[in-house]
Amino acid sequence: MTGTTTTTTRDPGSDDRAVAPDPPPAAATGRKKLTKTQRRNLRLGLMFISPWILGLLVFVVYPVTYSIILSFTRYSGLLTPEWVGFQNYVSAFLDPLVSTAVGNTAFYAVLAVPIGLLVALVLALAMNRNVREVALFRTIFYMPSLIPAFAMSFIFIVFLNPQFGFFNQLIRPFGGADVNLLGDPTGIKIAIVLMAQLGAGNAALIFLAGLRNVPRTLYEAARVDGASRGRQFLSITLPLLSPVILFNLITGVSGALQVFTEAFIVTNGTGGPDSGALFYMMYLYRNAFGFAELGYASALAVLLFLVGMGLALLIFFLSRRFVNYDVNAA
Amino acid sequence: MALSNNAPSYQVDEKAADRADYGRHQDGSRASWQSAVVSRITMILMALLFLLPLYWMILSSVKSDEELAQFPPTFWPETWDFSNYVDAVTAMPFLQFFANSAIITISVVVLAVLSNFIVAYGFACIDWPGRNKVFYLVIATLFLPFPVTLIPMFDMWARLGLVNTLFPLILPAMFASAFFTFLLRQFLLQIPIDMLNAARVDGATEWRILWKLVFPTARPALTAVAIFSAVGAWNDFMGPLIYLQDQRVQTLSIGLQTFRSVNAQDVSFNQLMAASVLVILPLVVLFFVFQRYFIRGITLGGFK
Repeated sequence: MTGTTTTTTRDPGSDDRAVAPDPPPAAATGRKKLTKTQRRNLRLGLMFISPWILGLLVFVVYPVTYSIILSFTRYSGLLTPEWVGFQNYVSAFLDPLVSTAVGNTAFYAVLAVPIGLLVALVLALAMNRNVREVALFRTIFYMPSLIPAFAMSFIFIVFLNPQFGFFNQLIRPFGGADVNLLGDPTGIKIAIVLMAQLGAGNAALIFLAGLRNVPRTLYEAARVDGASRGRQFLSITLPLLSPVILFNLITGVSGALQVFTEAFIVTNGTGGPDSGALFYMMYLYRNAFGFAELGYASALAVLLFLVGMGLALLIFFLSRRFVNYDVNAA
Repeated sequence: MALSNNAPSYQVDEKAADRADYGRHQDGSRASWQSAVVSRITMILMALLFLLPLYWMILSSVKSDEELAQFPPTFWPETWDFSNYVDAVTAMPFLQFFANSAIITISVVVLAVLSNFIVAYGFACIDWPGRNKVFYLVIATLFLPFPVTLIPMFDMWARLGLVNTLFPLILPAMFASAFFTFLLRQFLLQIPIDMLNAARVDGATEWRILWKLVFPTARPALTAVAIFSAVGAWNDFMGPLIYLQDQRVQTLSIGLQTFRSVNAQDVSFNQLMAASVLVILPLVVLFFVFQRYFIRGITLGGFK
């Protein structure tokens, strides 16, 4: 099907491909020596990513450095920061509420990430059906993602009301007792996982864009070869979707570690019953803006960043064997 | 290979091509009527589930205070009370807030699509030494918790004298974000490098390759970026809360708080819902119009 193209796998970490036909790599003996093409590419590449470099310096490097310095201080935002060394980090490890928040966040992430991926994938497959009113379905599936978090949280509170909420009306005929999900430390976490699923439209759109990029000729060829549609899904759709699955996985983990807005609005910032919905970000926020412990909050932020990065790198390296960037290789 | 032969042929009437596809599977086989019915029913059930919050929102927005307090709740309004909508637009300077939200959103979408596309091209389509190591930095920033940057950033904008202007919410979109760059890169990496190289051998500049070759292929992903940045900017809560204290520059998403502030524990639910309906209406219309750019992605013909 693609007679002239050779397959080139592009996985992160391999920098050894030359762009245009290159003179034989006579000069490429030392690590530092770059060929003419490589130098040209380096110049062009840096030019194209220069907006990001600028943004990195202004919106990341500067504030993060600032925060790292603050994390070694005691600072209320008003008086001069007072140097305390590693004391904030030591306190974080001894703080029982940090353990609670870490436990809650881990519980949430373990449920929300895989469920979220699955729901999003199912939605995307539905959004990709060749039915006449597909535009309508796409809009409907995406609609909850358009509702502002502030309004959505209140809709959910009304739904889950133990006496007259819609959720209990629904389960009552099946013998369900009046359940108060929001009043239970585990229930409230599950409720927030459920609520997050209504926002699966975002990840679904990314999957949909991926599905639209799968060349239809591959499916046509598979049908000629007699492959069933289940087989087509496993052998064509999933492998070609793998870069997008990796993307949704990493952003899903990042989002789950930073779960905040809905829990904050639903519990009005309290963290819910028995601190059952006290997620890491909420505790961090509370320290920063409730207790004006900016130094301690900065230390918590640095820890969260390190853990998140570690997880991302782990996923990235584990995924290298499974992620396929090459449309032609399938 | 000349560029003109190489570019995916988007001149074909996509709508007509799609119409011919109705009722077909991706492999081109015609769906049997049983499977068509089953999948249609599944989709309708899913749609009902996802419509539920929206239905509740609209339903509550036309209920009077008395009907809203009724138990059990009515599933169809007994009386239609549109006064909530009147309250919603008069409780805050609605038009002013709308204009502010629109200015922010339109600027952010244009800047975000352009900057992220250009940066993602640099990460995916040009092979420069060290680019994958630099890309790990992009991923790293995805994990930055927002409070880390909050205080230093506020400090910076305040020193520039730009607090209470729309700039702190618009200007960052010029500099590409980790989420969008990562998203676009994942898509652009699927474009065969040989196709780009062929164009380079033909003497096409990178800029020309970006727009003539890569842009048509990246359209579904760019649509996603446009939609996400639009929804993000329109519904942004934290940003306006921090940078826009002056009512003159505030946005709709902040305006929704009006219905809570009287008593922090309580909200005028029907008015909040009426205001929310008005807030999401432009987004729903925009999404409906723009979703059609998710039609055809890569047609292999472009890569031969």
